Amino acid sequence: MKTITIDPITRLEGHGKIEIFLDEEGEVSNAYFQVPELRGFEKFCEGRPVEELPAIVAKICGVCPGCHHMASGKAVDAVFGVEPPPTAKKLRELFYMAHFVHSHTAHFYALAAPDFVVGPDAPASKRNILGVIEVVGKEVGTEVIKQRRIAQEIQALLGGHQTFVVMNIPGGVRKGLTEMERDDIVEKAKGFVDFANFSLKIFNDVVLGNKKYVDLILNGPYSMKLHSMGVVDADNKVNFYDGKVRVVDTEGKELYKYSPPEYLDYVAEHVEPWSYLKFPFLKKIGWKGLIDGQNSGLYHATPLSRLNAADGMATPLAQKEYERMYATLGGKPVHATLAMHWARLIELLYSAERCLELATDPDITGKELRAALGPIPGEGIGIVEAQRGTLTHHYWTDDRGLVTKVNIIVGTTNNNGAICMSIKKAAQGLIKKGVDVTDGILNMIEMAFRAYDPCFSCATHSLPGQMSMVLEIRDANGNLLKRVIRN
Amino acid sequence: MEFKPQIVAFLCKWCSYTGADLAGTSRMQYKSNVRAIRVMCSGRIEPTFVLRAFQKGADGVLICGCHPGDCHYQEGNYRCLRRFLLLQKYIKQMGIESERLKLEWISASEGKQYAELINSFTETIKSLGPCTIKETMSVLT
Amino acid sequence: MEGSKPKLKLAVYWASACGGCCVSVLDVHEKLFDVVAAADLVFWPIALDIKYKDVEEMPDGHIDVTLFNGAVRNSENEHMAKLLRKKSKILVAYGSCAHLGGIPGLANFSTKEDLLRRVFEETESVINPEKTRPVPEYKVPEGTLNIPVFYNDVRSLAQTVDVDYFLPGCPPQTERLLEVFMAIVSGAELPPKGSVVGADTKAQCDECIRKKTENKKIKKFYRPWEVEDDGVTCFLEQGVLCMGPATRAGCGYRCIKGNAPCRGCYGPAAGVTDPGAKMMSTIANIVDEKEPEEIKKVLEDVVDPAGFFYRFSLPVSIIRRNMS
Repeated sequence: MKTITIDPITRLEGHGKIEIFLDEEGEVSNAYFQVPELRGFEKFCEGRPVEELPAIVAKICGVCPGCHHMASGKAVDAVFGVEPPPTAKKLRELFYMAHFVHSHTAHFYALAAPDFVVGPDAPASKRNILGVIEVVGKEVGTEVIKQRRIAQEIQALLGGHQTFVVMNIPGGVRKGLTEMERDDIVEKAKGFVDFANFSLKIFNDVVLGNKKYVDLILNGPYSMKLHSMGVVDADNKVNFYDGKVRVVDTEGKELYKYSPPEYLDYVAEHVEPWSYLKFPFLKKIGWKGLIDGQNSGLYHATPLSRLNAADGMATPLAQKEYERMYATLGGKPVHATLAMHWARLIELLYSAERCLELATDPDITGKELRAALGPIPGEGIGIVEAQRGTLTHHYWTDDRGLVTKVNIIVGTTNNNGAICMSIKKAAQGLIKKGVDVTDGILNMIEMAFRAYDPCFSCATHSLPGQMSMVLEIRDANGNLLKRVIRN
Repeated sequence: MEFKPQIVAFLCKWCSYTGADLAGTSRMQYKSNVRAIRVMCSGRIEPTFVLRAFQKGADGVLICGCHPGDCHYQEGNYRCLRRFLLLQKYIKQMGIESERLKLEWISASEGKQYAELINSFTETIKSLGPCTIKETMSVLT
Repeated sequence: MEGSKPKLKLAVYWASACGGCCVSVLDVHEKLFDVVAAADLVFWPIALDIKYKDVEEMPDGHIDVTLFNGAVRNSENEHMAKLLRKKSKILVAYGSCAHLGGIPGLANFSTKEDLLRRVFEETESVINPEKTRPVPEYKVPEGTLNIPVFYNDVRSLAQTVDVDYFLPGCPPQTERLLEVFMAIVSGAELPPKGSVVGADTKAQCDECIRKKTENKKIKKFYRPWEVEDDGVTCFLEQGVLCMGPATRAGCGYRCIKGNAPCRGCYGPAAGVTDPGAKMMSTIANIVDEKEPEEIKKVLEDVVDPAGFFYRFSLPVSIIRRNMS
């Protein structure tokens, strides 16, 4: 029995490995996706003052800390039994939209694009953003970096720390927005909308315009019929910050719609001895193992799931794209895993439009930032959509607000079962008797994972061409110490 | 083998160290498990000293200074008192019994009180048993 | 100019980490072009398709500089720390987790048993009547599956291997990283081995723009939500706990800019053994009471001393783990 190990999985956030077992024929008998890491936030948050948790749980992930901070902030508000005033909620959502812009942008260009734009089985040295830039042009690379930087700057403005935001406090936020700052964000948000449209155009020209890629999306070994989960607002439109959790089945029919305090009736977690990551499943259906289909207890929570679970997008341009995607791919729901990349760009457009909406809202420069606090009821649940899926934080405290228990179901964790099956399916579809298992084939197996995880990757190695450059080295006072010039 | 407590005592020069000296020159009998460390003032004692004492194998740490109002440097002993109370909270949270850290004011003329303090503190530590921090330090996996 | 100087071989690796340090490297933004002109990235799982076997095949000392972030929590982290030590000329403990143990270090409040039991058996959403736990080796019908051994203690990088430099922060402020990177690339003389680089020697309070007086006398400590922060006055003077006095400067007081008090991610100022012990002194000093009972009342409001003084540094502190 031969084993192929991919360790570690690369071009995503987090640790993972894949173990592929081959039978005597050289066919895949099974493939396992294992997560080797665990830190234990659900234990070591105990004993901490609950208002410290939004800052502590942000360290669960350095790529989507804003998501944990938001879910945590909402849970903490609930622990105190209060709702933040409207300005505070809008400031949080404004931050959150900038957070989605930065993350979805980086994911598409640096993570997804190499596999799509350069080619799924292209040589490893080309499978990064530089290979993408060769196809789409260097101005695009600079523009991507610039838009991401601008989104980070908005996050720093609202949240202090540009990565591990500190804006949430029980009952609201710590910092407001001046008129001047707001006007600046409005201009930036307009830039985001243009950029999102531009990104969708690239996807349209380079990916959808290529029959081979469309074939891969629709007919490659990547499809998985599973139930879809996502947060929706009162009109059943996608909302990342607030709403109810909606689950639709493999045919697109609504199965459940629950509010945060009810989550334990709907979601449970299973444990396997070969992975440190738990396996969430739909409680009312039960754990049926790693199977897909209508009878499975498994679901996924991804950009595609959110679009499947909702009736539409709440902003006009994104809504048009939403309709176009479903028309192109044969109606709702879509089960083609690689279509997650398209859904992600539609969400990028929505985040940009919503960012502009919030920035132009008269309430956004309001002065009421915090609700008054009273005695502490001591239990609270907060749910948001992280870029990678529905995120749930549940806290219990004593009457002084010191944490006694924590339960967290993280975005990507929702997809653990789905990812395991996607990888196995890709392995079985790509590794056949007589097929030479190349690095390209192994990468195509990893692609089954990457569609789910909007993580970072980045421009590395050398840039093509002889770029003229001036390198200046300055001391702490800004005095020029040395200058190196090329070309 | 019978447990022999190791105790570190931080004593201020002006009052408590002199008091301890007095116990010695008066030939008072008291338990010999104590290592005395003289500091100029109990206000010199920082939490790091106490923690390092535990780390290096102390089963109990004693802090002695001048009575309130008598500090040679006016306020040093009050600083010591505040640090001591916060330290006790901290070590308790880390699973070290707060009784292992004790503060008592001993004046230069209180040789007898010093001897009695050593004897009673040694008994307290004996009943608590050894402090396991050194073992925990070495168990890193 | 091109080709006159060999490019620096740079690696970035994460152990028990969150990805924030990798993001801090990405946050060089447009300066990325300067970085890639001077350095070749040879190993970086978040970004490159280089696998562990590729690193094992590298000659010893092949990598010029490795930025190792994340704490040492399990056997894989330990193995990679030792491997990268061998393969690197300069090993930098990058970020709070590698430097001090970081947030994952808070797990030292529990034991491995308590932690695994809570996560896999007791959380309210888990359904696990057989009390299944992840195990390092498990036989499935097709073969054997392995995952790392979860250790009882979290360790910093320097508690595991020999470290050349420490670059603090959660994550390090990118401007500081660039300064260090440019210094290495320009061939400047590096500080003595074991130094903290990319940060100031003084404390946060030196950098922080909040208004402070010499008159810090506290009769009561407040939780942050108990006060109407005026956005201008020093947090400690408002009675809100802030780690500024015992924390190294260098981050640009970024949390203060967000109106939140410092929590100490940059670690202690120069010459300090135990990060939290110094802050305990500070807090004790500013309490404005003399009677033991009054002092105790004020200290009642320091509700989580160990978690506050050692938020990022529990593994490298003197007591370093809970013993009950």
